[in-house]
Parts: sequence; structure tokens; C-alpha cells
Amino acid sequence: MIMTNRNSNLILLMAAGFVVAACVTINIYFPAAAAEKVADKIIDEVWQADDEADGREQPREKSGNDTRNNKIDNKPDKTRP
Amino acid sequence: MILATIKLTINPTRPGHERSSEDVNLVHRQLIRYITLISLGFFLCISFASAVDFKASSPAVTQLKQNIKQRHGQLIPFYDSGAVGLTRDGLIVLRDASVVPLSGRQSVNTLVTAENQDRNALYREIALANNHPEWESNIRSTFAQRWIKWAKPGWWYQQENGSWQKK
Repeated sequence: MIMTNRNSNLILLMAAGFVVAACVTINIYFPAAAAEKVADKIIDEVWQADDEADGREQPREKSGNDTRNNKIDNKPDKTRP
Repeated sequence: MILATIKLTINPTRPGHERSSEDVNLVHRQLIRYITLISLGFFLCISFASAVDFKASSPAVTQLKQNIKQRHGQLIPFYDSGAVGLTRDGLIVLRDASVVPLSGRQSVNTLVTAENQDRNALYREIALANNHPEWESNIRSTFAQRWIKWAKPGWWYQQENGSWQKK
């Protein structure tokens, strides 16, 4: 039983290693789709003055849009001209 | 992997040793423990991967967005006239100075320079907000495409081959 335990532990360790490697691999790829959404959101924010008075600041900042909540929201930006 | 574990675990370790029901119970318990641990690892991995999201907020990013937003109103007439165009690398450039009155050329140059500084900083800061400085070029090319996509009809943009195109 001791030998079996050692073998099993080794395999378990290898499995854990694979899991960790998989996590790292997932993490290093550039999330293109998410980046595109973020880009759309930012462009919408900074170009929103297009149809309104030029240069006038729009107090449209949403409260959930500050630095504390920095996850992207998945709402598509359909309001662009 | 799990199958290999099972195979190794149920192999009798001593020749001639009959597996008692206690042994089998022990083996089963161990198996369940290992399988639980491995599945737990996978679940953790999946939740970790989905938690890795693309962030776009930091105090620096907020400030840069504010700058770009305030400057945009001043740039609109130049986009409309075709004096300023959107480049393929996510910046802007004074592509046709002849449509700008002589008196306004200095100010448009200043605007373009300031805008490009802020845009470059924006791409860098978003990459830093994600703890991936190496993503800066990907972020830049993503933005380049999206600025052009959202550009108004009549604005000029640079195509992939470098030529200029009116939207």
C-alpha cells in the first residue's frame, strides 16, 4: 500500500502541475474580445460629445463606472452614431 | 490521468496477497479523495480563468479619458474637414494641412500632439491596469480598429496598407 500511495501521490502531483500550467496558459493570452468591448466602451465615453455641444462636458458618468468597479459590462454599445 | 491512478491503486502490492474488503474500502476512499481533489483543482482553475477579466480602469485611465473627451470637441471640425485622420496604429495625424487656415495650423498641431500623447498613455495604462505591459501593442491595434469603426462618415482613416480612405 505504501508504494501505491507514493505512485498515486506522484500522479496527483503531476495532475496538479498540469492544472496549474493550464491556468497560466489561459492567463497569458490576450483577451481580444474583451479588449474590443472595453475599447468600444471607452470610445463611446470619449466621443459621446459628438452629437451634443462641442467640448461641453457631459455629466453622464455612471456611478458603477469608477475605479472601484473596473470590470467590463457586457452591454453592447448600440448608441454610437 | 484518473484511470492511471485507478490502475495503480488497485494493483496488489504484494504477490499472493489477497485483497481483503478492508483494503478495497481503503482504496476506494483514497480514490474518492484523489478524484475530489483533482476535480476541485479543475473547478478552481476554471473559476480563476473566468475571473481574469480585461480591466480598463485605473486613476490614470480615468484622467486620460477625461482629457481625450475634452479635446474631442475641438478636434471634430478637423476630422470633418479631413485635415486630421485616424491612423492605423491608433493615433491621429495632420494629414492635410492645406485645409486648415494658416492661423489655425499651430493650434491643430498642438491638439494632435497632445491627443497622441494621451492615446499612447491610454494604451500603456490599460495594459498596466491588467498587469500585462506586453499587451500594449494588442490594445493599440484593437483601439485602432475600433476608433475607425466608430468614426463618423466623412472622416478620414488609414487603411492597413497605409493609404487614406474617406469613410
